[in-house]
Amino acid sequence: MNLIEVKNCYKVYNNGVTAVADFNVTIEKGEFVFVIGASGSGKSTFIKMLYREERPTNGRVDVGGINVAKLRNSKVYKLRRKIGIVFQDFKLLPKLTVYENVAFALEAIGMHTKDIRPKVVKALENVGLKEKARSFPNQLSGGEQQRVCIARAIVNNPKLLICDEPTGNLDPDISWEIVNILDKINKESGTTIIMATHDREIVEKMKKRVLLIENGVLAKDYAKGSYKVHESN
Amino acid sequence: MKAIRIVTRAIRDSFKSVFRNFSLSTAAITCSSITLVLVAVAMIISYNVKNITTNLERELTIVVYLKEDRTNENVEKIKRELPQMENVEKIEYKSKEEWKLEMKEYSDTFSQALEFLDTNPLLDSITVTVKDVNHLKETTEQIKKYDFVSSADYGEGMAENLVSVFNVVEKVTIIIVAALVLVTAFLIGNTIKLTIFSRRGEIDIMRLVGASNISIRLPFIFEGLILGILGSIIPVLVTIYGYVLLYDHFNGYLFTQIIRLVEPFNFILYVSIILAIIGAIIGMFGSYRAVRRYLKI
Repeated sequence: MNLIEVKNCYKVYNNGVTAVADFNVTIEKGEFVFVIGASGSGKSTFIKMLYREERPTNGRVDVGGINVAKLRNSKVYKLRRKIGIVFQDFKLLPKLTVYENVAFALEAIGMHTKDIRPKVVKALENVGLKEKARSFPNQLSGGEQQRVCIARAIVNNPKLLICDEPTGNLDPDISWEIVNILDKINKESGTTIIMATHDREIVEKMKKRVLLIENGVLAKDYAKGSYKVHESN
Repeated sequence: MKAIRIVTRAIRDSFKSVFRNFSLSTAAITCSSITLVLVAVAMIISYNVKNITTNLERELTIVVYLKEDRTNENVEKIKRELPQMENVEKIEYKSKEEWKLEMKEYSDTFSQALEFLDTNPLLDSITVTVKDVNHLKETTEQIKKYDFVSSADYGEGMAENLVSVFNVVEKVTIIIVAALVLVTAFLIGNTIKLTIFSRRGEIDIMRLVGASNISIRLPFIFEGLILGILGSIIPVLVTIYGYVLLYDHFNGYLFTQIIRLVEPFNFILYVSIILAIIGAIIGMFGSYRAVRRYLKI
């Protein structure tokens, strides 16, 4: 069953730059997909359209049954509650503790306090940060901060986890740690994961489906395990 | 239930945020305090000026003298008709006999002089208090139309100048208060805008994790309310203690017995309440507008 369906999608910015052109792709429930491409290839625009930070100029982008292109600004929160987002720069609230940062996502949707605690504890356990619940973000390493960001993204059991270069600021060992956590989430809970990355070594070794974006178009859609670094270069 | 939860969390978060962003909160509170003190001073001056002018205006009366040959019917007629005139608030009639008695009591010289005369040389008088001093002249002219009225005077020239000066002073003070309220709104609004600008990342994250616009906005609105109210505490204290001190120091009069200050109670309570309300509303409205910018509505 398709979770994401992108049809004849275009994104042209106000300055006339076409970031995405005639883009077509479908992603099924439970898939783990890497999105790769050089800087400025339209990779980030594609990812941002999935969580409606950007609105397609033309075409259709369906995410979990919601047509993102037609979603009004004031209703965007309805889409965001169904998905989790992991960012390169973590986007944690510096004045909240690890626990509060994760709980924040549930409080924002008006969940009852007694239901929040077990969910937050479970999410922190999943990323191995239960012991750091009372720390503030500036007391954590980059990898730990990214794990908090993942915990916040998965705490509401989303069907889709969108990761926009989550390892971009991390060194190789920590990057592997993060990717393994994402893989575990994908396998254990069946969450669909879309991860934009520059790290082609990780992409090759993970043997997942890979979307290569070049000049705003989907240049190649590699099936599971078929992507090889030297071939794509 | 969910709505109540969102509101109570917003209140909790707004208090937390006031403390966690201590320096920004202090800046906003200081700014509101300073400007609201100015508003308080302007309000006190404005209300006192109004009070003084009203008191002085009340002193402006028309003095009417009746002719010597007036009949009793004439007296009855004018006593009956004057209070019915549109601009007349009250009249005080004093007959020439009453004047005579009064003057006799006033000094022996008068008494002897009056005894010496066969007839009473004094005239009946009527003191007319008007409702609107701006129409003193018209009312006087109307009274003069009675053929048994000898004269009707209101201190032409002087009275009119005084009234026009009062009007200008009153208007100027009202304009100053209004301008200060606007400046306050601008300053407090801007400070809050800056505090929210520095936290736009927070708003961004709230949006990304799926918070609805209302649940993003509420904590900021409550925060604006808290900052506004906290900012009005010092001006309220300055008003209460400062005005009572001033009033006591001058025994209720400023420089001369003519300029009487407004009694502190309940006047300063009203001023304090107005200050708190101005602070709260500007704080809330400032936050509301500032958050709106980052919400992408």
